[in-house]
Amino acid sequence: MARVKLIEIAHARSGDKGDTSNVGIIAYKPEYYPIMVEQVTAARVKDHFKGICFGGVERFEIPNLHALNFLLHKSLDGGGTISLRTDAQGKTYSTAMLRMEIEVDDSLAREIRGSKSE
Amino acid sequence: MTRPIRIANGQGFWGDSLQAPIEQVRRGPIDYLGLDYLAEVTMSIMQKQRSRDPRSGYARDFVPMIEEVLPDLVEHNIKVVANAGGVNPEACRDAVIEVARRKGFAGKIKVGIVAGDDVMDRLDDFIARGIELKNLDTGEPLSSVRSRVQSANIYFGGRPVAECLGKGGQIVIAGRVTDTGLTLGPMIHEFGWADDDWNKLAAGTIAGHTVECGAQCTGGNCMIDWETISNGADIGYPVIEANPDGTFVITKHEGTGGRITVAGIKEQLLYEMGDPREYITPDCVADFTSIQLEQAGTDRVRFSGITGFPATEFYKVSVSYSAGWKAVGSLVYAWPDAFKKAQAADRIVRERLERLGLKYDEVLTEFVGANACHGALAGPPPSDIAEVVFRIGVRSEDKGAVERFTREVAPLALNGPPTVTGFGAGRPKTEEIVAYWPALIPKTEVQPRISVIEA
Repeated sequence: MARVKLIEIAHARSGDKGDTSNVGIIAYKPEYYPIMVEQVTAARVKDHFKGICFGGVERFEIPNLHALNFLLHKSLDGGGTISLRTDAQGKTYSTAMLRMEIEVDDSLAREIRGSKSE
Repeated sequence: MTRPIRIANGQGFWGDSLQAPIEQVRRGPIDYLGLDYLAEVTMSIMQKQRSRDPRSGYARDFVPMIEEVLPDLVEHNIKVVANAGGVNPEACRDAVIEVARRKGFAGKIKVGIVAGDDVMDRLDDFIARGIELKNLDTGEPLSSVRSRVQSANIYFGGRPVAECLGKGGQIVIAGRVTDTGLTLGPMIHEFGWADDDWNKLAAGTIAGHTVECGAQCTGGNCMIDWETISNGADIGYPVIEANPDGTFVITKHEGTGGRITVAGIKEQLLYEMGDPREYITPDCVADFTSIQLEQAGTDRVRFSGITGFPATEFYKVSVSYSAGWKAVGSLVYAWPDAFKKAQAADRIVRERLERLGLKYDEVLTEFVGANACHGALAGPPPSDIAEVVFRIGVRSEDKGAVERFTREVAPLALNGPPTVTGFGAGRPKTEEIVAYWPALIPKTEVQPRISVIEA
């Protein structure tokens, strides 16, 4: 097994609803989707965003898009106009999520590195 | 129908490109131009404008834009659907009609409004009759902030837009119609979709969601392969080719920049997503897990298979209210030890605020360049980092305390850590916080008000 960052297998977009941030992650290839489903759990995301997300984390599966959507409650310092944060709408939580490390088998790690050198 | 209806989006928010709506009208064939001008905060700004001047309170940019494209609209019979009406759709309509007459289009164009969403003067009646307008996030009744309310608007959907088009409106000026309703309305009107044709209403809603942020579905703010997205300066805004069966293609005018791919579209589908199976609008509940996407040529993505569920019995209400004051100030620290200097500046400001005995609901510090976006996830900045922005903000119900804070940042230029700059803009501005209170109201309580008049 090898450890890689989620950004190697997924892209993402994030937005807001009040004090809740939504982070959607999308597998680059259909075969990466089950890896995300297995490893990028709500509990792991909650832990990943400690110091940012002070509420619960909900996860939703969107298999037709090979995507997962997360709701990070209480993660925007009140959100909207209340928030004092530069990123009051959590627009950059997309790539913050993709910093997460996941485990993939060695052949997939080689494939990822191979596609990088193309 | 022998060909699909082409619905263009030319505005993702109030403040989006001034040029986009004009390009959408001129650089390729379209039947409809949809323009989304409203955000939660916008309504309270407009409400304040109207209280000062009864002829204001709408998106002013809309009127000169219409003036410019009027000949194109009339020549090609292009219809415009915009929630530019804000809290004063009548005044917006009057301004458009005045422009049309002045430009020689009297008798040649009809302008309609969708109003009735403004329930500001009915709040006390609602509360008195036991409609508590509980905050969807906190469960608190609206009575707890009633005296501080600045605006209150119902979100209407696509149905009243379709009705206004049906009455002959070529330019439909709405108040708080949902972003998705601006797209769905023309489809209901053109295709005659029934009130309970949930799958098709869901399809139109998802089309609306895809284009509601303008170029964010055509290569803007797109993460995948962003460096190779071509010609960003001339990025094309989205055009929907909608079919009566609910399938549609997202594309853009030929020759424009940007890129439309399945992967890019997926990013936009996830934007501001909650439960993907329950995307609730006034018209229906759309299921994003039903969407099938397919690349159907260069810069063309086809949507099919969409399903939906019955609409709920409620409208969403967006209430804005005054929630205290805030200010944010910043200074820039340069190499060497930029991060350490910024941290020292933070300690000094906080200690001075404490010595002054000032209390805040929150004091928040960020170090831009080091951790403002990703917090601790970013890890420690490199020790030789070239510069760091020290950014500190406060929030309080006490305006005086916030005002006093605004005097405590600039002095650091002379009396704090060295190699500091970036105070050119002077002291921070004290801003009123206008917060947003989402609630639900039974649909039976409000009716959209629709009218059409000729220029």
